[in-house]
Amino acid sequence: MSVSDRTIAPEAAAEVIPVRVPPRTLRSELRAIKIVWLRELIRFANDRLRIATTLVQPLLFLFVLGSGLQSLTGASTEGVDLKTFIYPGVLCLSVMFTAMFSAASIVWDREFGFLREMMVAPVRRSSIVIGKCLGGATVASLQGVILICLAGLVHVPYEPALILGIFALQLLLAFSITAFGIMVAARITQVQSFMGVMQMIVMPMFFISGALFPVTGLPAWLTVLNRLDPLTYAVDPMRRLVFSHLDISTATREALAPGVTWWGWHVPALLEAGMVLVLGLVMLGIAIWEFTLSE
Amino acid sequence: MSGADGREASAALTPAIEVRGLKKSFDGVEAVRGVSFEVAAGEVFGFLGPNGAGKTTTINMLCTLVKPTGGSALVAGHDVVTERDDVRRQIGLVFQEQTLDGYLSAEQNLRLHAELYGVQSALIPARMQQVMEMVGLWERRSSPVKTFSGGMRRRLEIARGLMHSPRVLFLDEPTLGLDPQTRSSIWRYIVELQQREATTIFMTTHYMDEAEFCDRIAIIDRGEIVALDTPTALKAGVGADRVRIQTEDDEAAIAALAGRFGLEGRVAEGAVLFFVPSGEEFVPRLFAELGVPIRSVSVSRPTLDDVFMSYTGTTIRDAEESFSTQTNRIVAQMMGGRR
Repeated sequence: MSVSDRTIAPEAAAEVIPVRVPPRTLRSELRAIKIVWLRELIRFANDRLRIATTLVQPLLFLFVLGSGLQSLTGASTEGVDLKTFIYPGVLCLSVMFTAMFSAASIVWDREFGFLREMMVAPVRRSSIVIGKCLGGATVASLQGVILICLAGLVHVPYEPALILGIFALQLLLAFSITAFGIMVAARITQVQSFMGVMQMIVMPMFFISGALFPVTGLPAWLTVLNRLDPLTYAVDPMRRLVFSHLDISTATREALAPGVTWWGWHVPALLEAGMVLVLGLVMLGIAIWEFTLSE
Repeated sequence: MSGADGREASAALTPAIEVRGLKKSFDGVEAVRGVSFEVAAGEVFGFLGPNGAGKTTTINMLCTLVKPTGGSALVAGHDVVTERDDVRRQIGLVFQEQTLDGYLSAEQNLRLHAELYGVQSALIPARMQQVMEMVGLWERRSSPVKTFSGGMRRRLEIARGLMHSPRVLFLDEPTLGLDPQTRSSIWRYIVELQQREATTIFMTTHYMDEAEFCDRIAIIDRGEIVALDTPTALKAGVGADRVRIQTEDDEAAIAALAGRFGLEGRVAEGAVLFFVPSGEEFVPRLFAELGVPIRSVSVSRPTLDDVFMSYTGTTIRDAEESFSTQTNRIVAQMMGGRR
């Protein structure tokens, strides 16, 4: 085929559909956020294995650890099933793990080149990062919904106000953890190192947070660590919410869900939730800043 | 409306790409040392050179992915540094490495691209069908991309790059790592789409035979353009035809070529190879005067390989080998430095 003397066939040129890329507007940015968010959902829906595997660990904690330790702790849980007690903590754990995996997807995207396709698009980097973060948060809280459905098995009543509250809190947690993960992913470009770093940070955060024990009467060093752990302020309102809907005595509630105190002052649940939100937003801001600077 | 049309018409007359003294150095190492060229609208322009010559760095600067350290570049009339967004809206990119989402279907990949680029929703389905038919993947639109072969993925990436009707399509080594048959089919698609869409195409390659598909070629070596012209003119510039002869005694033939004609011959692939201006006219003299029995003769026009050799004094393959030895040395130094 001779290349130099080719001509444009008029009939072929006529049928070309004239597409124009408009200058960017708020609407085009929102559209970009939406499609990046939607991609996360489509990928999650296609990946049934991932849904199954991330569910196993919380179920182990809840039913195996919960039932196993029940015989030892019967007296000190004041008649409340240990499974009920650790339910809010396990819910948080489940959401955290899924959110971590969602954030890892940005590292995968980089490794498989897809991040580049998004980065060269004529949209703000912040739209991509926000879309990713919202997508990850949505996927993580969908997983949480499965655990919410299991509430009845651990004697947590299905009351609309309670379910809504749990859902809102876990959505908030999912958002913040994803923002944290994306912030880390801006710097760490290999999947293995990313997962390693996340485990190293998230596991201690989980154990210190009081997901598996009440936060009063701890040794002083653990109390300090506990109050510094951001996850404490996600687990605590969740547990207080669940316990306020249980049919138990005030004394039992005081013993098992005492609430976080700062120098004797009871931190209100709304303030705790607000702290998680602000922290999430700050980390999202840092993530956006880092991705805008890169390349 | 007429105002917009007028703008479009004048846009078609301005060069698609204008580059003036473009430079890039990484930590003091100059990857691109001040290149200048222009690409006309609707042209297929090739950047030809060995690995490490600065092709990808140049393409990355033109695509606004890398900031130049000197010089200027306008793509579709917009500055790549100060008008990044305007440039990005006007260009399509096909990278050297694969950038598809394997877990999404072909159709989903294209839709995501169209949404990111803000293509009018009403036009997306028709445009999607058009570009996918162009690369012969419409039947496979619902299959996940991870089930596609390397050639299919490349075609899909080309289709995706065209989704938003860019004025300039950048292809960085579009056929790298593909088998020869797939390479030629990719080329068929590129040439066809260039005809249909009248898109300007800027591509890099280090395959000599592919450079022949371009309207014009810039030969780049060690960060500098050493030659820039049409493939025909570049080959004519070598000024000699390639003659291969099979003889009874190759040694004697080479000695006779040197002694009687002052030509430098060498043995390649079981035959004697040499270059001489107006090869066909030389053949009768060769038979009459060589004095060594000749079994067969073939005369051919110089290839771009020969062109590259005449401008750089080395073949692409040799240039790449010396580059990789250089790289190995640098890596070794870095490892040593860290210790």
